[in-house]
Amino acid sequence: MDEERLRLSRIKPNLERRAHIMELTRGFFRHCGFLEVETPIRAATVAPELQISPVESEGCFLITSPELHMKQLLAAGYENLFQIGHTFRKGERGRWHNPEFTMLEWYRTGGDYLQMIRDTEDLLQEITNGLGIGPVISYQGCQIDLTPPWPRVTVRDAFREAAGWDPVLKSNPVRFDDDLVCKVIPRFSPARPTVLMDYPAAMASLARLKPDDPTQSERAEIFIGGLEIANAYSELADVKEQTERFAREIKQIAQERRPPPTPRRFLEAMAHFPESGGIALGMDRLVMLFCDASCIDEVMAFTVETA
Amino acid sequence: MAIEIGEVHKNSKLLINGVPYNVEEYDFMKPGKGRAVYRLRLRNLLEDTSLDITYHSGDKVEEAHVTSTQMQYLYREGDHYVFMNTETFDQYMLGEKKVGNKKNFLKEGIAVTGVMMEDRPIDILLPNFVELAVIETAASSKTDTRTAQNKTSVLETGLTIGVPTFVNEGDIVKIDTRTGAYVERITQKK
Repeated sequence: MDEERLRLSRIKPNLERRAHIMELTRGFFRHCGFLEVETPIRAATVAPELQISPVESEGCFLITSPELHMKQLLAAGYENLFQIGHTFRKGERGRWHNPEFTMLEWYRTGGDYLQMIRDTEDLLQEITNGLGIGPVISYQGCQIDLTPPWPRVTVRDAFREAAGWDPVLKSNPVRFDDDLVCKVIPRFSPARPTVLMDYPAAMASLARLKPDDPTQSERAEIFIGGLEIANAYSELADVKEQTERFAREIKQIAQERRPPPTPRRFLEAMAHFPESGGIALGMDRLVMLFCDASCIDEVMAFTVETA
Repeated sequence: MAIEIGEVHKNSKLLINGVPYNVEEYDFMKPGKGRAVYRLRLRNLLEDTSLDITYHSGDKVEEAHVTSTQMQYLYREGDHYVFMNTETFDQYMLGEKKVGNKKNFLKEGIAVTGVMMEDRPIDILLPNFVELAVIETAASSKTDTRTAQNKTSVLETGLTIGVPTFVNEGDIVKIDTRTGAYVERITQKK
């Protein structure tokens, strides 16, 4: 008991900085004309994703992302939206993971994944300015220069270089995740953020395929200091294709566990869905970077073990 | 017993192809939309070699059945250390490599916990504190006033540590085995 009290008192400077970063983030989006929204954290269904297990709650689900609800707002004519809220992913616990975590999502009508990456570059600049620190931060013994633009590399090039194969040509999801974690991410420059772009079509998730090359998708992940910070899409706006992707995913999930129901309300709204870009950013990990914290436990007051 | 990889943690003992390993490092990493990857650094409990291995969620691993027994350290014989089970009086030997830095705290007669796999000793756990005699101290230098603890001394096990200047040869001191640091003086030489 005493140990827990001491731990909480020890991480107080981190939680103070966390609050400051939240404030700066809200300020940034308000200043850019974004509307802050709140959507349910307990809902009838979630986006079916094979590798993300939702926590069930009396026949409903704790959301794994506010994505579907925020997109329903976009379909109703809302334009630039942002939200900071809690999301849940069953069983995800490690140095960089806690099953309950804080997600920042924002959407831009008329935007695409490249715009969302530029937004992230701007947001981090706003945060470093607000914290009164320069663009170079010190994280786990490395100096990281956050000055934009951040280096971009395609999944194809990164994998050819670090793992010796092309995941766009050959689909191998198991090998992909292993090589990403063990070979590709460790090769990223520790001194700069890395934007990993153009995921193979099979890993498009809710992103649209590239108009000039349907074997790749307009999806990007941002890595800083070895941490996966954010996942950006040019949002898929094709109801037929989205319905098919959900059906495929549900079929695969059914082999392992009870799949969530098809998100009908979302699919119905999609008929009115505008061209847009969206991105989800892990706030806890962002705070880890600015607190030089090696473990997510250092930047959240309570974890799954102490909650 | 087979367990899910998700139930493994640091210092779990695993059996891989019949060889027991201790989990030295354990990392869980999950790409946003991908499968969880568990990266383990394992130490072979019999040969003191290490092994890096990758698992995925859902994978099962075999847990090594490990027990602990109260033992007493008897003496050193060549490059082996001899221990005795204090209940059955059975004697066990552990190689120098397995004992490693723990030899710095092994004084004849002290109680340790033996980590056993089936009937083989694979490791020992030291008490948190041991009391050792000082056999040699450097002459304290009057010009060195940086700290109170500025005198190196050699203990009966051969361990060299820093002690306060008031500690003399023949004194018994208490040492923290986890940090190797001086804690306090227990008795003064008469």
